[in-house]
Amino acid sequence: MPKDHGIGASSKRREDVRFLTGKGTYTDDMNIAGQTYAVMVRSSVAHGRIVSVGTSAAEGMPGVLAVFTGEDFAAVGGNPAGWLINSRDGTPMREPKRPVLAHGKVRHVGDAYAAVIAETYQQAKDAAQAIADASVIEELPAVVNMAEAVANASNRVHDEIPDNLCFDWGWIEDNRAKVDAAIKSAPHVTTLELVNNRLVPNAMEPRASIGEYFPGTGDYKLTTTSQNPHLTRLLVAAFVMGIPENKLQVVAPDVGGGFGSKIYHYGEEALVLAAAKKLARPVRWTAERSESFLTDAHGRDHVTKIELASDKEGNFIAFRTETLANVGAYLSNFSTATPTFLHGTLMSGPYKVPNVYVNVKTVFTNTAPVDAYRGAGRPEATYSLERVIDKMCRELGLDPFEVRRKNLLTPDQFPYQSPVGLMYDTGNYQATLDKVCEMADVAGFEKRRAASAAKGKLRGMGLSTWIEACGIAPSNLVGVLGSRVGLYDAATVRVNATGNLSVMVGAHSHGQGHETVFAQIVADKLGVPESSVEIVHGDTARIPFGMGSYGSRSLAVCGTAMDKALDKIIAKGKKIAAHMLEAAEGDITFGDGKFSVAGTDKAKTFGEIAFSAYVPHNYPLETLEPGLEETAFYDPANFTYPAGAYICEVEVDEGTGKVDVVAFHCADDFGNIMNPMIVEGQVHGGVGQGIGQALCEFTTYDENGQLLTGSYMDYAMPRAEDVPFYNVDYSCQTPCTHNPLGVKGCGEAGAIGSPPAVVNAVIDALQRGGHTHVTHIDMPVSPSRVWTAMNA
Amino acid sequence: MHNFDFVKPASIADAVKAMGHDGAQALSGGQTLIPTMKQRLAAPTVLVSLTGISEMKGVCMGEGGLHIGAATPHAVVAAEAGAVYPALAALAAGIGDPAVRSKGTIGGSLANNDPAACYPSAVLASGATVVTNRRKIAADDYFQGMFTTALDEGEIITEVVFPIPQKAAYVKFNQPASRFALTGVFVAKYPGGVRVAVTGASASGVFRWAEAEAALSANFAAGAIAGLTVDASGMIGDLHGTQAYRANLVKVLTGRAVTAAG
Repeated sequence: MPKDHGIGASSKRREDVRFLTGKGTYTDDMNIAGQTYAVMVRSSVAHGRIVSVGTSAAEGMPGVLAVFTGEDFAAVGGNPAGWLINSRDGTPMREPKRPVLAHGKVRHVGDAYAAVIAETYQQAKDAAQAIADASVIEELPAVVNMAEAVANASNRVHDEIPDNLCFDWGWIEDNRAKVDAAIKSAPHVTTLELVNNRLVPNAMEPRASIGEYFPGTGDYKLTTTSQNPHLTRLLVAAFVMGIPENKLQVVAPDVGGGFGSKIYHYGEEALVLAAAKKLARPVRWTAERSESFLTDAHGRDHVTKIELASDKEGNFIAFRTETLANVGAYLSNFSTATPTFLHGTLMSGPYKVPNVYVNVKTVFTNTAPVDAYRGAGRPEATYSLERVIDKMCRELGLDPFEVRRKNLLTPDQFPYQSPVGLMYDTGNYQATLDKVCEMADVAGFEKRRAASAAKGKLRGMGLSTWIEACGIAPSNLVGVLGSRVGLYDAATVRVNATGNLSVMVGAHSHGQGHETVFAQIVADKLGVPESSVEIVHGDTARIPFGMGSYGSRSLAVCGTAMDKALDKIIAKGKKIAAHMLEAAEGDITFGDGKFSVAGTDKAKTFGEIAFSAYVPHNYPLETLEPGLEETAFYDPANFTYPAGAYICEVEVDEGTGKVDVVAFHCADDFGNIMNPMIVEGQVHGGVGQGIGQALCEFTTYDENGQLLTGSYMDYAMPRAEDVPFYNVDYSCQTPCTHNPLGVKGCGEAGAIGSPPAVVNAVIDALQRGGHTHVTHIDMPVSPSRVWTAMNA
Repeated sequence: MHNFDFVKPASIADAVKAMGHDGAQALSGGQTLIPTMKQRLAAPTVLVSLTGISEMKGVCMGEGGLHIGAATPHAVVAAEAGAVYPALAALAAGIGDPAVRSKGTIGGSLANNDPAACYPSAVLASGATVVTNRRKIAADDYFQGMFTTALDEGEIITEVVFPIPQKAAYVKFNQPASRFALTGVFVAKYPGGVRVAVTGASASGVFRWAEAEAALSANFAAGAIAGLTVDASGMIGDLHGTQAYRANLVKVLTGRAVTAAG
């Protein structure tokens, strides 16, 4: 019988009532008396020297209140990178300043070099156009292609960086010679060069920010589309604007999707604050969709060569990769961590392989900044591995299921120290592989293939066995690796006098459903109704200092902090109960919402204890503070390691090259499950995005750095008709060993595991259909690319 | 969007008069024009709405075949043309999404003549007549290349007359992002012969594939075009498909349209 409440129940998402009925409150929904409108003046060229900014053109235009240029922010700090990465030779990465508004040069199409504030949006828009028309920007050759960027030293995104390289990273550098030797002497080496396509995040809600300044107190307020309000406050206040943290409130209200792109601090947030102070009026800015395409931090964009060394039976001996990772024109906050410690550390996958070496050269180009996007580095690692393994199987005439099965780590090998630095705590990769084979009826494939053939379609099946590291992250470990922040989280549990609860959490929900799931956990632990628990998030004035939501960390890290705060509540409740029940504290047990004296029928309900804490007439005031509110910070001991096995089946239309995903099976191990329905939804969304990357989405700049896929006319998002009904299972559970809930995280899994399963299935279909010369097609595996490959 | 004046005449005569204003622009369903104005890429001073003119709306049989008022939305054609011209109704039902189909009109589509629009293929394959406030234009004379038509300045399409074929079908292959036709082929069989019109593929806009028409007029079967090839040199090549790919689609989709027509 499925549970109907608490941990493990598919409680309906309480936030959906407002989201689905148009009653959410997003940043752009807020109207503030006296508000003004900001419009950014953006570069139409990818690379250019700013000769003059035509601010005078806006003077005297109707409604114009202020104009800002890069000059106005020359003295304030730059937007920093969150991780310092050292190159192989030990030198620190090149870290050019990222200004609020471009100063001196513009470095990508959409780079803002001025901003106008006006009484109305249209007036600001008119003035911005006038400034753009009157500005003189001397166009420079654009640096677009990564290989050319590194080779052509005369053409520099940042004048002070001669080879356009941010860093040349080796992981683990000490293993390089050993890996080289292993590959040299291996009986077989499979090589694959591939592109992990650049993606535009496309959150449904564009970025938006409202700045307010209160002259009476000198306080600032920033309402913004953020996945992590405290991190944004830290960046804006301490690094960029020089505002004391305690004078800046950051509110991230309802946020309509982020996928990583709203982790980062963007210049518009600083701009609206500076303008609000100057005008002493609220200043609002909302991105148009075109601005989202041009200026949201993009994802992926790796060009990789991977080598897989094995014996003739397919036992893995070594992996070696060389990657060019595009960082775009500036370092976005986590852009240096994504291609390194979120990518290289996963390059041994779920496999026992003794030798792994990863080289990543991160390259500046005149394109939008690239940063973490759902999965962030782990999809790139998984794609490289799972594609080269399939290619190796084909070269050696081996079965891809059996090759994976014999190379997977076995349950008795945990905890497992990987050759690329991670300690996998637990897992059972055979179990998820067995499960997905059963779900997909692998044995019945030939029959389905014949049925497809009868319809004139080629059918193929693709497998991917994947692992990720999430629940980021142990602060001491990431500190050693270059992180400039800690990655703990925090929660405050406030039991109100009437027994209901307000729980303030550092995690931020921008669609995930925390308000539902966190309430389930509280309700389960305290034996109170879910409806009596309110989850508060997204406001630095109301919540403890947490690091927000990304990297599938909310439940594993913030959920654990909340769990620990609940432990403190229960511990204090026992003290109160012991007093009220005239029993020894050690004799008090807590369960089913009651504090009881063991072995008796004497008990106090949770509500009675809460009331007593706030109306302490019969209370041990001499030894115990009144009130019932506890905070806990939690810094994880390790990453968590969700893993799974995915099977995709496709049909390919030989006439048009169109790929239809006809079945998709997921067997995931997320550890313990708090809300199955929400987990399924997360997997659906992740796999949908993965199918989007595999089949539809790509981001292309022309040789001048103009974004060719700058709208939905050319940027192909997956639609309902492009995805199948998913078959999702999470019954294989090896609970995380180092957090009390035993949870691992499920937010990114689908986007990590699915792209190689799709591409493997397409190649399988083409191979079975006689197109044996096709061993790889870069994503997106679009109709045109498939047809062209078949007919090459 | 820049400011503009808006007029909504109730008759063709008033619309023609309104179009005499400097910088006047006819507005039908607005599915191209409004987004273009929002992007500030077009800034007409006067928008002359054609959707309030009852004589330009509706679907009915009449002299020469099926008459469709130029301001008739796609959804109405999809719902009402099926009984006499199922292939045309199916084409209309496949344009865009429900919102586009309830606003976008056949006249707007033809006046714009987007090279990836669906309707031009039906008009050309049907040998339809484009009726304006001034004259009747044969389909073969109407389409003059991408976004270019035989319409003169200020000339308004009032209706389109489709001769009813014995058999017909439209098969399109969607551009993955916009879901316009990357290539679409409309095949229509008339007593006088078969007409094949292709949209989306050619750099010259919608065109008739003469070799296929000849082959299919002799033998209306998909196999009849097996030996034909399509010259890729005049095709559109872009992010979503090479010239060779589009040339291939022309042939593949023509075969499928013939099969679908039965």
